[in-house]
Amino acid sequence: MSKKVCFITRNFGKYDPDSLKSYESIGGFTALRKALKMDGNEIADVLAANGVQGRGGAAYDMGKKWRQAREVKGEHKCVVCNADEGEPGTFKDRELLTNDPFQLLEGMIIAGWSVGADNGYIYMREEYSHLRPRLLSAIAQCEEAGYLGDNILNSGLNYRIHLYSGAGAYVCGEGSALSESIEGKAGRPRMKPPFIKQCGVFHLPTCVNNVESLSLVPPLLLDDEGYYKSQGTEDCPGTKMISVSGNVKNPGVFEVPFGITIREIVYDLAGGMENPEYPLRLVQLGGASGRICAPSQLDTPYTYKGMRQADLTAIGSGAVLVVDERTSVIGFLRMTQEFFSHESCGQCTPCREGNRHIAMLLDKIAAGEHTQKDVDTLKKFADIMSCASLCGLGETAQSALLSAMKRFPEVFAVKEEVAVR
Amino acid sequence: MKPFTQAADVLDKELAVKIDGIISAHNGDATQLVGILLDVEAAVERHYIPESAAYYVAQKLGVKPTQVYDVISFYTALHDKPRAKFTLEVCNSAPCRVKDSDKLVETLKRLLNLEVGEVTYDGRFSIEKVPCFGACDVSPAVRVNGVVYGHLDSEERILDMLQQLN
Repeated sequence: MSKKVCFITRNFGKYDPDSLKSYESIGGFTALRKALKMDGNEIADVLAANGVQGRGGAAYDMGKKWRQAREVKGEHKCVVCNADEGEPGTFKDRELLTNDPFQLLEGMIIAGWSVGADNGYIYMREEYSHLRPRLLSAIAQCEEAGYLGDNILNSGLNYRIHLYSGAGAYVCGEGSALSESIEGKAGRPRMKPPFIKQCGVFHLPTCVNNVESLSLVPPLLLDDEGYYKSQGTEDCPGTKMISVSGNVKNPGVFEVPFGITIREIVYDLAGGMENPEYPLRLVQLGGASGRICAPSQLDTPYTYKGMRQADLTAIGSGAVLVVDERTSVIGFLRMTQEFFSHESCGQCTPCREGNRHIAMLLDKIAAGEHTQKDVDTLKKFADIMSCASLCGLGETAQSALLSAMKRFPEVFAVKEEVAVR
Repeated sequence: MKPFTQAADVLDKELAVKIDGIISAHNGDATQLVGILLDVEAAVERHYIPESAAYYVAQKLGVKPTQVYDVISFYTALHDKPRAKFTLEVCNSAPCRVKDSDKLVETLKRLLNLEVGEVTYDGRFSIEKVPCFGACDVSPAVRVNGVVYGHLDSEERILDMLQQLN
């Protein structure tokens, strides 16, 4: 099996990302023409048949998502492209937005046609604001050419795309917080139900997809030979974009077939550890909200099922953060914790207070002054946060901690003199 | 609408014209409030939203000033107090930290004789720690007014970066 593939990234470097003409010259918008001859359900079926799962982190069955979005009743509906890529260690969407903005727009228009929406919103993080002019120009060129607007390509589809900016709030990657932000408000997550699919942006039925998920749609619709399905493994076909960072020789974005092992990602694609004196200590998968993988688990296949069986984050955002022995496990957990303490929006108690107290307990453990009771409290608070938080941020904030407690129990062991006291 | 402080804070005419331009670039759409405020901040030399500007935006868009301040105070990228002309935003998330961004912060502090959060006396530089801005492939990295400078792992490169800021 080849380790690097080009399916979602097939257009990278092949056309001028500032020019629609250039995109059309390499076959751009043929997928849209094909899609407009298909029924919306058929398009969702193609996604389902290829086993596509959402690429933002939640790994929701995408065909199912589109079919549900299609079935929701409503005069107006919208599609949201989540380009708020805030998960630390993730930068694959940045590459897609930089190198292939038109494929994303094409995917969004197809999504609009499939689910019956009349507006599409791209919610892009402020950190990528340098890409705004490129996207705005791409949207304007598509409007001019009739790929956006009224009666697109005589199909009867009326659809427009709007670009919205975030402003440095990690929580806005969560669907309901994102909806609030698009409405021009502070991005505090809403209570659910009603779910975003019924009541999202402007209280309209909303179908939220990640940049990579939407970018995958055009090549998939044109893939008559079944190349996508031939990649990966039997129970997890296809390809995935990953962002590799940390103490490796060649960090960067790679498109890989599912089923590659974590070891191959670290040592083959990323060139191995940057300094041979410092071996690998741990790998965090899926961003700050991802679980920690111990060196003994490096041969786990990178598939949804394989990762789940190994008690690791099932792909998540596709971030792979490699950490060598210069960083201690507890030091690493404190870095992750600092991030969540900063990013918790403070709306619900488990997340707001949980993060504060866990940060204090981690400081105590780092100083070696903890008792067994502290460790038990730490675990209890982390569990409460995962069950009782309002949104995904609080629910997943302690994944790293809980997995570290399982995989590196020695780090949390109580020193004898403390135990006596 | 009357601003809540008594201090004279009159909107600069030049800035008002700029704000008008920013609002019309966003089609006068009040739902684009976050993007509009980001652009206003970029138009002010000290990278913040003066109170007069906040009220002006509220009035122009027909939203309540409380909504404008709710947004400004919620988002990390928006500020209601003057900042430095060049704020050196050092990524403080794990991908940069494991590449020793702590050393980068220490070097910046020493070179500029400045603590994190402080502004130099001439208002030119300050150092801030921020969450991941997606430059993990070139970590450790710094972002200054939207531009990313990566691979800052030696004092030479850090000095180079500082010299580019003008």
